[in-house]
Parts: sequence; structure tokens; C-alpha cells
Amino acid sequence: MPHFERLYNFACWLTQDRHEAEDLVQETYAKALKGFSSFQPGTNFRAWIYKILRNTFLTSRTGLKATSNVPLDLEGDDVLPPAKETPESILLQRSDSQLVQQALERLPVAYREVLLLCEVEEMSYQEISTTLAIPMGTVMSRLSRARRALRTLVQEMQGSRG
Amino acid sequence: MDRAGEQQVPHRAWRPVRNDNEVRTMVCENWADKLDAYLDGELPPAEARAVGEHLRSCGACAAESLSRVQQKRAVQAAGQRFTPDPAFRARIQKSIAPRRASRWKVVWFPALAGAMALVIVGAISLHLNRERRGEQQLLSELADLHVATLASSNPVDVVSTDRHTVKPWFAGKIPFTFNLPELQDSPFTLVGGKVSYLNQSPGAELIFRVRQHQISVFIFQEQALANGCARKNAQSARSFSARSWSHNGLCYFMISDVAAQDLDKLRELVKRAG
Repeated sequence: MPHFERLYNFACWLTQDRHEAEDLVQETYAKALKGFSSFQPGTNFRAWIYKILRNTFLTSRTGLKATSNVPLDLEGDDVLPPAKETPESILLQRSDSQLVQQALERLPVAYREVLLLCEVEEMSYQEISTTLAIPMGTVMSRLSRARRALRTLVQEMQGSRG
Repeated sequence: MDRAGEQQVPHRAWRPVRNDNEVRTMVCENWADKLDAYLDGELPPAEARAVGEHLRSCGACAAESLSRVQQKRAVQAAGQRFTPDPAFRARIQKSIAPRRASRWKVVWFPALAGAMALVIVGAISLHLNRERRGEQQLLSELADLHVATLASSNPVDVVSTDRHTVKPWFAGKIPFTFNLPELQDSPFTLVGGKVSYLNQSPGAELIFRVRQHQISVFIFQEQALANGCARKNAQSARSFSARSWSHNGLCYFMISDVAAQDLDKLRELVKRAG
């Protein structure tokens, strides 16, 4: 089964619940099989199947809830303030994995998914643009915002942890 | 692997950022916008080269890019978190297997063909992915070491353009020896070298210069690398150009932002010395 483990990992991050993630993956494969004829050979298979998974998630109850609760202006035209933090303050090492995981969990789903697709799935901007059905420019600005949001969150959590 | 990277990233390398914060935001705003695309390997070659050049001359941006690389890697590590239950895998396999095959031949055949195609595409992409991932990770570590060297205020431990000084300096520091190329009549100069670590194994990092660019040449013992040398000739890592080959049980990696032709030229010289 193509991308099975990675799709499952991605589904868990989206739903934040293992049972729901299992249902989501199962439905994704069912839809992929049913719609396999709509897949155009030569186009990106991975982006195609991730897109199915994501669309299925977005129309699920959890997905609707996760996306409707976000008052954040994710793509506003506002100029980003310069980063105030110094690199020392975000010495993110792998030993801090748990902290980073908690921070990822707390990010809005739109930020979480774009970060995961870029860093974990190592998708190109083009692939991300296809998967999320957003223009390349939006991929870049959303990624940049997501990274900054994660940085800030980790800093806050590091601060509160002492 | 990480430990080696950490050793190469001395704390002093990022201190200037704090002091120069204001200067950085004033001078480097244009560059800061491009750093993400640069580190994601998404900049066109000419722009990537320009950013690379800037990073060499700007300690603040170099340190900033290091910190972003670290964040990328932290998210990559933290993001690989959930593994499916074997029972769940079996259930899915069963659910996508064709049912009531004999009675519904018309439905059965396309479904099976679809499933087969999925499995084949999956197997191929999994294999390619795994291979590419291992290789990319190795190149990514080396790119980090290279950036760390660029950002360091003491990029080399033995400073010399004389290969007869640099080679003996490594004696006793690393468990192997190698030959350095004759650079007369070539555009390259040797800047120096230092001991570098990969997978907790020591190796040599040599810095060459061509025009304003620096090239890192890493030499490690083949046995020190988990996957052996990169099987295919490595071409790029995060918009750096890279080359790799093995010779006499040693793996050679070159990484830089110079044009591919320059990298190939130096590779020939190093190979000839081999």
C-alpha cells in the first residue's frame, strides 16, 4: 500500500486521534481505489493521494471543527514583524522532540499541515501547492508564518518550563 | 550523526546576531525573505548562489540560517511520530482487496488492476524514497557541516595553502591518510583543513577556495557511514551542489554553492591525487 505509514502519521497529526486517523486512512484508500481512473499517469501520485486524505479530513466532523475554530488571519497581507528572537533561544535539538511535538499539536491545522508536508514529507513547494490546492505564493507565505508561529510557541513553552 | 553536527556549531558562531540584531533587520531584510526558500532548496541556481555568497559575508544571516536548519530538522524528527498498528495494516489490506471475485468479474478486474498498480507504484516509490531519504539525510548533514564552517570565525584548524603542511597535520588525528591535489595552474587554492565528524567517526574536512566561493571536501572512511557511500553520484542538497565518490575505502564528498563545472574540475584534481 503506497505511502501507508506516512499517510497514517499525517492522518494522526490532522485528527489528533488514532481511531479517527485509522478511519481517515481507510476511507482514503477506498476513495483512491474507486477513483484510481481519475489519477493521471505522469502526474504526482503522492500529492494526489495526500490530497484525497486531506479533503476527506476537511469534510469530516473533526476537520470542520478544526478549521472553523481558527479566527487567525492565516494569509493576511500584513508585513511580518522582524523576528525578535535570537537563534540561541531556539536551540531546537532532537532531544526537544517532545516539546516540538506539543507545539505542533497546538498550531492551527493549516500551519501544522504545511509544516509537516514540507519538513516531514519533504514535498517540494509545487507538490504542496497541488496537495493543498493553493498557489505557490501562498505556500511560501503560509510556511513562513507557520515556522514563525512554531518558533514563538516553542519559545513560550520553553519559557514557561523554566 | 547529530553529535558531530553539534560539535561543529560552536556557540560563539551565533553571538553576533544578538548584538547586531538591529543591523540585521535593517540590512538583511531582503535576504531574510529568501532564506527559507534557499534552505528548502527552492531557489533558482543563480539566486541560490547569490544567497550563498551573502551568507559567507554576513555572520548574522549565516547564524540565522543555521538556526532555521535546526528548526527544520527538529520538526522533521518530531513529526515522524505515529506508527500504524499491524492489525490496522492487515485490516486495510483486507478492505482494499477485491471481494467476491468470481461473481463480479467485471468489477473485480479493474479493482484488482487498480490495487496491483497501487502496490507496484507503492513498492517502487517506497524503495526510491528510502534510498533517497538516506542519501538526502547524509547530504543534509554535510550541508550543515559546510554551513557551520562558513559561519565559524575559525573555519579551519590548520591554515595553509601548502598541501605538504596540511596533509601531515592530519596524521594521528584521523585513522587514515589521503593525498591532496596539485593546484598549480588551477583556479583553486587550498585554505586549510580541520577534523570533522560524521556518525561519531572522525574524518577530514578540507576547504578550498575558487574566486569568492568556498568548497568543503569531506573524507570519511566508508565503514563509518551507515549506508556506505552515496551509491549514485550526489548532485545537490538544499540547493548546494554536491559530488561524491569512493576510492580505496574512503568516501569523498564535495559540497559548495559554486557552479557545477567548478565542482567537477576540483573533483578531477582530487581524484587524480587519490
